[in-house]
Amino acid sequence: MSTRLARDLHPLAWWVWALGLAVAASLTTNPIALLMLVAVAGLVVACRRGDHPWSRSFRLYLMLGVFIVLIRVLFRIVFGGGDGTRVLFVLPEVPLPDWVLGIRLLGPVTLESVLAGLYDGLRLATLVICIGAANSLANPKRLLRSVPPALYEVGTALVVATSVLPQLSDSLRRVRAAHRLRGAAGGRLQVLRRLVVPVLEDALERSMRLAAGMDARGYGRAGTLTRAQRQVTGLLMLTGLAGICVGSYAMLDQTAPRWLAGPMLALGVVAAFGGLLAAGRRVQRTRYRPDRWRPGEVAVALSGVVTAAVMYAVATRDFAVAYPVLTEIPTLSLGALLGILVGALPAVVAPPPRQASASAAPTEVTSSAPELAEVSR
Amino acid sequence: MIELRGVSFGYGEGGRDVVSDVDLTVEEGELLLVAGRTGSGKSTLLGLFNGLVPAFTGGRLRGDVLVDGVSVLGVPPRELTRVVGYVGQDPAAGFVTDTVEEELAYGMEQLGLEPATMRRRVEETLDLLGIADLRGRDLRTLSGGEQQRVAVGSVLAMHPRMLVLDEPTSALDPTAAEEVLATLTRLVHDVGLSVVLAEHRLERAVPFADRMCVLDGKGGLQTGDPTELLRASPVAPPIIELGRLAGWEPLPLSVREARRVVGGLRERLGEPVLPVEASGPEALRGHGITVAYGQAAVVDHVDVRLERGTVTALMGRNGSGKSSLLWALQGSGHRRAGRVEVDGSDPGSLSPAGRRALVGLVPQTAADLLYLETVEQECDAADREAEAAEGTCRRLLDELVPGVPAQAHPRDLSEGQRLALALAIVLTAGPVVVALDEPTRGLDYPAKAALARKLIEQARAGRAVLVATHDVEFVAVVADRVMVLAEGEVVSEGPTRRVMAESPAFAPQVSKVLGPDWLTVAQVAGSR
Repeated sequence: MSTRLARDLHPLAWWVWALGLAVAASLTTNPIALLMLVAVAGLVVACRRGDHPWSRSFRLYLMLGVFIVLIRVLFRIVFGGGDGTRVLFVLPEVPLPDWVLGIRLLGPVTLESVLAGLYDGLRLATLVICIGAANSLANPKRLLRSVPPALYEVGTALVVATSVLPQLSDSLRRVRAAHRLRGAAGGRLQVLRRLVVPVLEDALERSMRLAAGMDARGYGRAGTLTRAQRQVTGLLMLTGLAGICVGSYAMLDQTAPRWLAGPMLALGVVAAFGGLLAAGRRVQRTRYRPDRWRPGEVAVALSGVVTAAVMYAVATRDFAVAYPVLTEIPTLSLGALLGILVGALPAVVAPPPRQASASAAPTEVTSSAPELAEVSR
Repeated sequence: MIELRGVSFGYGEGGRDVVSDVDLTVEEGELLLVAGRTGSGKSTLLGLFNGLVPAFTGGRLRGDVLVDGVSVLGVPPRELTRVVGYVGQDPAAGFVTDTVEEELAYGMEQLGLEPATMRRRVEETLDLLGIADLRGRDLRTLSGGEQQRVAVGSVLAMHPRMLVLDEPTSALDPTAAEEVLATLTRLVHDVGLSVVLAEHRLERAVPFADRMCVLDGKGGLQTGDPTELLRASPVAPPIIELGRLAGWEPLPLSVREARRVVGGLRERLGEPVLPVEASGPEALRGHGITVAYGQAAVVDHVDVRLERGTVTALMGRNGSGKSSLLWALQGSGHRRAGRVEVDGSDPGSLSPAGRRALVGLVPQTAADLLYLETVEQECDAADREAEAAEGTCRRLLDELVPGVPAQAHPRDLSEGQRLALALAIVLTAGPVVVALDEPTRGLDYPAKAALARKLIEQARAGRAVLVATHDVEFVAVVADRVMVLAEGEVVSEGPTRRVMAESPAFAPQVSKVLGPDWLTVAQVAGSR
């Protein structure tokens, strides 16, 4: 087999996959299924993340997940851990006034309530970890680059905004270091002010320079749209927005007339789509080396969708597996197991990522290295 | 091709004109060098070409700007990208994307070029600027010279007819500066591009210039042949000073030209009067200093010895660990290993106040130290912070630069005045060692000469002065000893004359012309 060429997958593919896993996680409280989903996400991240700064964020999400589970269990213990019968231990109950109905502080802690907290926390943690996996696999900025042309300005503004934070922390660090060279006289307010003034001045100057630089390179060149065309675009966008709002409200509120639900939502989506297209046409801008959908992308996205679909089927048909009772040891059906394992496929089917530290030439060298090794054998 | 016709420009109502009634035409395929003292309006003049002035600065503009005879007054910069490519003073501040390749493509995306065209032009630009091996790199990980070349490439890919650069080499080490200028010259020769370039360090840029334009600081402008203009220019590189002194006619612009006419001068000068090597009691001793970020050592087991009464220069490439070493010596910076000893104690183990009394440091961005509204407030605060007698800081400031208005806002001061204020604040604590990080950035020749005099005075008054800098000519004037860092290690150290003679990249112009015993024009003037 020839060596797989390293390339970055379309960011949207990773997001579809991760959202698929997240949907699957939200459809169950089975701890075995949830832990497997976390393991699947972790495995794929370990196999297919690059060495970019954002790739290192997965650990943070894992820690956040652990934190969420702990908090959830702790809350169950502190606020009425008494549902169920199997008492683990009894804490002294804090008497509360009568008007606080249904809330109990401390008291007996049962296995059921702790387990309920654990399952619940695990589900939320898995959701967060799935999103974290998407974040560390796909460059968030590249995702923004893939927005439709009509939203280009918004996308650029977001990209610039994301680069402001590291810059701010950078100049804060610099100014603080500089102030250690000078000493700190005066009260707390003065100390704060001597940090804030130079940092803000710095940020302001920087953004002026960036704006000038972007302007000098053609950002925001005027299009060739007539007044009428612009009005049509605006009208379409407004209709779309209204349609989507009314439609989704009617979908969720069962008492609303049915003709408001489906048809209105469809109308809204169509109008919004038309609006985006019309707005996109005025933009005389092209994209350099856009990310393309190839079989790899399809496979990755599909694996996430399949996992979500299988979990949906399990949740609707096999209730005992999806929402196990708290008094028994949870089990997993073969179908659910296979469904979750499909989610791990990207670890194999996705191409290896390009490494940022290696520039163009060394990438070629590394990708051919195994062949060289074979030759030397 | 592009013409400023009768242009006057001033900031604010009733203020004086920064440029007044200026006529300037840039021809096809020439390299025009803009020179002048700090604050004489070089950046303003450059911004006029593509409308950044007054679009981003405000102010009053009279006169007309023409491209091929058609007025483009009031046209915003974004619509002029096909005519003028502009690279600002700090290229990193203008980057919009993450990687080199995307940055090169950004401008073309705005122009709406075909993807195939974009792809081709990106490859061409990568080759033209010699940055093909950087294509996938994160922009923030590039060195200063690489960033500058990417910035040039990013506007060049849009195929403008003219390139405007504001101090492209001011932050670069001598080798990187040479590379950037050579690249620009190649563009002028091969592509027929017009280049307009503002620069403080004329010794770097003058040899490449076809024409020169000198701002007199009162709004006026002289344009002409560099040889003619430099005769009376208020700013001139050492080689021109030498030529003026020796009465060479015509003035040589490059070291090569000067070598051809030097013959007689060397005989007339005879043996050089070597300056007495300054030395004094030890002020600072550092042993095995190591600074690391993560696993990478940026300063690797460096030994330092500074003497009272001497000025030591710290040189080396961008990113060779100069700043990290300064911060480590001061004690505020993190030190992985090693000892520093000043007056029997280690500044790293003292309180911030204790450190300041031993080692003072003026950071790279001197303005970081300043945060109050007036010079007077800054000085008072400095006195209080250092628990010095009232008026100490002001007296020091007056010694450095007399006549800084007490009510002026620190940001309104000139570069030189602001640096002097920062230095005065640092000196108020009475440190034994004074360290300065890249102090010459943005200073013109007279300001640099003044700074050199003041630093030498400080040293002779019993302090040890340590200056990290790229500026070879400044080192030749100010330093007694030189330390060269590379990859965090000391690669050469010793008296200025010896170190500079050893490495051609660090040789000042005068010694390139007259030989290693001669370093400065003042030295030549002294032996006549």
